[in-house]
Amino acid sequence: MVSLYRQGKMTGGLYRCLGQEATAVGTAFALEEGDLLIPVIRDLGSVLVRGARPADVLRQLLAKGDGPSRGRDGFLHFCLPRRGLYSGIAMLGTAVPVLAGMVLADRFLGKRTVGMTYLGEGGTSTGAFHEGINFAGVQRLPVVVVLEYNHYSYSTPSEMQCAAATLADKAAGYGISSAIVDGNDVLSVVEAARRAVAHARAGNGPFLLECKTYRRKGHAEHDGQAYVDAGELAEWARRDPIALFEKQLDASGVMDAAARAAVRAEVDAELDAAVAEAEASPAPVPDPEFRGVRADEEDAVRRRRETFVGGLA
Amino acid sequence: MIAAPSGEVTLLDAVRIALAEEMERDGRVVLMGEDIGVYGGAFKASAGLLERFGPKRVIDTPVVEEAIVGAAIGASLRGLRPVVEMQFFDFASRAFDMITNFAAKHRYRTGLGVPIVVRGPSGGGVQAGPFHSQSPEGYFARTPGLAVVVPSTAQDARGLLKAAIRDDDPVLFLEHKLLYRRAKGTLPEGDGSVPIGKAAVRREGRDLTIVTWGAMVPLALDGAAELAREGVEAEVIDLRTLLPMDEGTVLESVRKTSKALVLHEESRTLGVGAEAAALLAEKAFEWLDAPVVRVTAPDTPVPFAPALEAAYLPGPATLLAAARKLAAY
Repeated sequence: MVSLYRQGKMTGGLYRCLGQEATAVGTAFALEEGDLLIPVIRDLGSVLVRGARPADVLRQLLAKGDGPSRGRDGFLHFCLPRRGLYSGIAMLGTAVPVLAGMVLADRFLGKRTVGMTYLGEGGTSTGAFHEGINFAGVQRLPVVVVLEYNHYSYSTPSEMQCAAATLADKAAGYGISSAIVDGNDVLSVVEAARRAVAHARAGNGPFLLECKTYRRKGHAEHDGQAYVDAGELAEWARRDPIALFEKQLDASGVMDAAARAAVRAEVDAELDAAVAEAEASPAPVPDPEFRGVRADEEDAVRRRRETFVGGLA
Repeated sequence: MIAAPSGEVTLLDAVRIALAEEMERDGRVVLMGEDIGVYGGAFKASAGLLERFGPKRVIDTPVVEEAIVGAAIGASLRGLRPVVEMQFFDFASRAFDMITNFAAKHRYRTGLGVPIVVRGPSGGGVQAGPFHSQSPEGYFARTPGLAVVVPSTAQDARGLLKAAIRDDDPVLFLEHKLLYRRAKGTLPEGDGSVPIGKAAVRREGRDLTIVTWGAMVPLALDGAAELAREGVEAEVIDLRTLLPMDEGTVLESVRKTSKALVLHEESRTLGVGAEAAALLAEKAFEWLDAPVVRVTAPDTPVPFAPALEAAYLPGPATLLAAARKLAAY
């Protein structure tokens, strides 16, 4: 992705999850078939775990016309309802009430669905988060909000975001449950997330799962993160979640280095094919009728067409 | 299907009847809002519905407008047809993000529609001050993806609300609180739904066209009656739906009368009337015999004291003076 970005092939920014991979992957791994998930922009891993195809994600990054949002929105802003994947919007916190409504509807329809979404420290400052978690608490809705404590909201450090000692503290104000886990240890994350999901599915209401992790890149690729101390970065690089997981695999003997190399080669080949597929995809073509804003809109289509008479050959 | 009551009902009754009829017809229709269940709504628009349909379908919520609309969006994406009440439509500002960014853009971005209705009382004239009297339709009527509906009769309140609930995309439904008990009518037998996007000609006339909506419709009709006594026949168009605006009905009328007056209760600058005036400038220029006239509230907040509010709201004197001047142009 970085290579595509530097080649100027991507549209818009690149929001990386370097250092946070275990959080997104481990939490999504705890969900079951039929459960719902709304990621935020750094949770690529969660989307892949839930079954999004890498080629489709790349089509989004390259703003292709046959991508999931057909060039109308970017990166993780797409829905795959059959995979239980829904899109947030850029305004942080808004996914919490929307997800609450989704599982409210599922409960109404007799399904035991759990919904999971993500927020960083910045997102937990928003009114939408507080309103949504309060509503979900009152209704005892099965919502798991993963709080990715990654130390920075864009350039703003956590202590400038909130005076509470931990994000999980916020649960007390709403009468709901919470837990804190080492977000760089994928096995701990999976275990904690499974407990949170089980808690929610059992009808005990929403759950805040705070994952202590670290964003090792800037907010986006254009951000050189000059505001971050180099020593701090180096310290967290030593706690890289993938390296940590590899150590665990070595220690447990579940998968040795040769087996891992084979998997890595397989994944690399799949990603090369996905990049080729996405690059070969067509760019979106402007629709002279600007359709797709509402379902029943003949008059509106006509008006928009008139607006652009001569504007589109 | 429940039978519509015979005899006259108020616009408020009509809203409640539409909600009940749609909940009866479609088990996916649920209501969400503050004080709508046990209390029946601040204006009693949902009185009796909790008892009839139960707490799973009539959901009392905390004071969380953003979360209520957000939850409605989520519920609609999973197959329900939520109808959200804003206790006062002024409070839709608290849900602006959800309405204009989440709901309105969802189909365009993802291909999935968001069939929600956000309804509630709007408008002034009841001495409720700056935060319970606004006509916020203009904030929303410029957002692609939304439909904005303002009924002025009991028949339309029932018929358009039914159409709004059946619509596959978000509809904002502003009920003028001054009309809640003043607008009365006999509901038609049967379904009675009224299509969104079609204006109504409330009075025919040949001399000038008054384009308006909401509580200004009865004002325009009273004004037209007075003008008729002076020999001026005004045509009164009730837009009913502000987005999308029914251009055809407006243009057809002005083609006949050659003079247009746009009357609205929201403040003047960039109100929906500005769009109507621009439409006439673009597409009716050759038929017009006079500049388009706007009669609106001034660009101030809605004041509280009766004397101040009376001066703020467009009234018969302002309307008649403008209409007479236009007729004589």
